[in-house]
Order: sequence, then structure tokens, then C-alpha cells
Amino acid sequence: MNENDCLLSVKQLEKRYGPHIGCQDVSFDLYPGEVMGIVGESGSGKSTLLNCMAGHLKPDTGEVVFNTRTEGLRDTVTMSEPERRLLSRTDWAFIHQHARDGLRMGVSAGGNVGERMMAVGARHYGDIRRTAEDWLERVEIDTSRIDDRPATFSGGMQQRLQIARNLVTQPRLIFMDEPTGGLDVSVQARLLDLLRSLVRDMNLSVIIVTHDLAVVRLLADRLMVMKSGQVVEQGLTDQVLDDPQHAYTQLLVSSVLHV
Amino acid sequence: MNTIIQVSNVSKTFTLHNQGSAEIAVLNNVDLSVSAGECIALTGPSGAGKSTLMRLIYGNYKAQSGAIKINDVDLVSAEARDIIRVRRESLGYVSQFLRVLPRVPALTVVAEPLRAVGVPEDDALERAANLLTELNIPENLWSLSPTTFSGGEQQRVNIARGFAHPYPALLLDEPTASLDPVNREVVLQLIRSAKARGAAIVGIFHDAEARARVCDRTVDVDNFTVANSA
Repeated sequence: MNENDCLLSVKQLEKRYGPHIGCQDVSFDLYPGEVMGIVGESGSGKSTLLNCMAGHLKPDTGEVVFNTRTEGLRDTVTMSEPERRLLSRTDWAFIHQHARDGLRMGVSAGGNVGERMMAVGARHYGDIRRTAEDWLERVEIDTSRIDDRPATFSGGMQQRLQIARNLVTQPRLIFMDEPTGGLDVSVQARLLDLLRSLVRDMNLSVIIVTHDLAVVRLLADRLMVMKSGQVVEQGLTDQVLDDPQHAYTQLLVSSVLHV
Repeated sequence: MNTIIQVSNVSKTFTLHNQGSAEIAVLNNVDLSVSAGECIALTGPSGAGKSTLMRLIYGNYKAQSGAIKINDVDLVSAEARDIIRVRRESLGYVSQFLRVLPRVPALTVVAEPLRAVGVPEDDALERAANLLTELNIPENLWSLSPTTFSGGEQQRVNIARGFAHPYPALLLDEPTASLDPVNREVVLQLIRSAKARGAAIVGIFHDAEARARVCDRTVDVDNFTVANSA
């Protein structure tokens, strides 16, 4: 595939919780190297949408078509569970808000990175350890901590370890759920800088859910604004933030406190 | 002449949904074209819509009608990713204020537009170093984040970043404001060199002498304001 082939195509996605709408009528195309932000208040359906796309929730209707390396376009909603699981170990990655949800807390830092490699067939211990060391360096974790458990790491270090664990298998699409939430601002800035350079160097496509407009301004090319399960506005990030068209987006943007 | 920036029949009204749906009509039927090697200045009183027009040309504001073409791409109808590509490859913008990620060193900030178009790191950093030297940013600041710099230093980093990649189209919002005479000369020289290599430039200059020295013609934005064009 080349740059002009869409990597992910979401069509008419809908998820209901009983009579309540989780998300509805969501459609968009994502291209290689694109970073798309999804913003909206709590309960707007952004996490439901992310989980439906990443295969953690089964949508009621709609398609999530991914351009796979070997078989081209495949609807991941209807593919078999083992196929979807293989995809989430290889071409997809998911960064959780709480690093402990994405890490194995009882396994060493190096083991956390190595485990993902072994899941896709790496067997040579020396290679695995070298690659793990290389990734710890890339996410700015001192390699002398390789044998320590993540439980002994700070929140920011745990989040960087989660990123290393997810990116070691060279995925093409990363789902992120509030990756900087709960971290203090100086740690956030460092993480954003790191994510930005990784996105550029690896030509990653990213879908990032957050309620932090500053995060999407710095990281996302495109922005989707959700309210009550529906997309009310989408477009170029700075255009949506600086010239919002929808009443809800205007309210969201004007409610941000500036320091 | 080779037209690089072509604005046709563009209008802009802001609707403030949360303030009684107030409608603020700013620009009406703007027509403007800028050729390669040409620098035009937007003039008009405060509030006439100079910055609005510049932001429309950058795709930062959404035009309600008309077309804004940078070479052959119409930013009004283009997809987000196409606008991003145009900005990366063809359309530079030096805003009045530097917006950067905290913690990223000034040298990296300036090299970034070159890295984004695939220039190897060493070459990008060398070009960035040359620009920072030209703009008299002391070398001991290069490895520091410009968020801690003085206002004038930040503006010069912003200018260095805007001139790092040879964009065919360049938007300059008050590039000489708050600069000392020495650095003002450097910026005017950068603008002249950009024109000489064929860049089409749109600028806002409150500095009348600077405007007279680099601009080929002025466009009075007041002619497009809704009150005057109705």
C-alpha cells in the first residue's frame, strides 16, 4: 500500500447500551501518518468509539475496515477473534490512560517489552534484551532499570514503558485513551514531545481520545468533536479550535482556562 | 506571471452560537492574487480583517465561500490531510507569537520544518544553526527551550523556523515588530532573499518603512469589509 491508500475506514459505526446511545453514525477515513484527536466531555461517547474501533467492544452496526499487510482491506468487526487478536499484537497498539492496565506489573521492564516481541515470534534472548534496551533508551528510561518491575517506576516512567511495550512490534495504528491524563504537566510535556517524534519517525497513524484541547493541538492533525454519542464537528485541528463552527465546540473552546 | 496564491470571492462571517447567535461579518468577496517573487502588504485599520484574511489563506479559519488556491490546491474544499501537506511543503506562516512544545530545544524547533519534508537531520540542524546565527540568537541558547526566551528572541526563533524551508508561499504577520534595528535588517534581508528565489509573500507590516522596502504593492483590506463592499 502507499500513502494514498487509507489505513482505517470507519463506516456508520453505532453502539448502544440498551436504549442509551454510546456512539452513533460515526464515519471517517484515516491515512498513514495521520494523527486524529477525538475530544468531548465525559460521557460523550469518545471512549466507547475508541473501544469499538480497537475491538474491545462489539459495535451494534457499522464497519471498521483496516488495510492489513497481507490481505488488504478487512472488516475487523466481522473477522474471527484469533485474527483480531493477532492484529492487536502486531499492526495495532493500544495505550491505556492508566499504564497499569497496559503493563504487566509483576514482570520486569525489559520483560514487558520482550513479551510483546515474543508474542510475534521473537525467540533469541540476546536479541530480545538488546531491543528492549534500545526501546527503554528511546522512551528515556535508564537502561539500568531494565530488570526492575514497573511498580517501582513513577507514573510518567510507567506511561513511557507502556509506549515502549506497544511500539516495539512496529505497529501501524495506535489507539490512545487519555495517554497524558493523570500525569503532572511537566511529565505531560515530555511525553507529548516523545510521542510526537515517534509518530514522525515511525510514520504512525494515531487515534487519540482526550478531553485536553492542548494535547490535541500539539499532537493531532485532525480533530473530531463528540457530543451525546455523535460527531458534531470534524476537520483540521487548528481550524476546529480557532474557528469552531458548532455551538458545542464553541462552548468547549471558550471554556478552556488559559494560564 | 506565475500565480502562487489565488484568493477568489472569499467571504467570512463568524457566528457566535453561545452569544445570542451574533453574526459578525468580516470579509466579503475577497479577490487577491500573488505571483512568484512578489510581496504584497495587507493594510487597513485595526479590525479591518487583515489577520482574518491571513488566517483564511493559511486554512486556519474556514471560508464560507470562494476558493483559496496555493498553486493548484484549493484549501477551502481540501481534506485536512491535503491542507497539512500544503503547509508542510508549500505554505509557511510566521505568526506573531511562537507556539512550541515545552522542552524542545530552539535548534530542533527551527530544524523541524526541514525534518518534516525529509531533509536529513544533520543538514536540517546545519541550516537551523545558520539561521539562528544570522538572527543573532547566542549559541548558548540553542540547546534550550525557547519558551524561556525573551519576547524578541522568541520572535526571532519563530522567524528562523518560518524561513528554514524554502516555501513557495509565505505569510508573515508583523515580522519586524519588536525587533531592534540590526535584527530588523536581517529579517528584511531574509524577505528579499525569499522573493529572489521566487516566493510569493503576503505580509502585515505596521512598520511602514519596512513595508515600503520589501513590498511590491499594498492591498487595503478595508475594501473587502462588509460595511464598505455592500
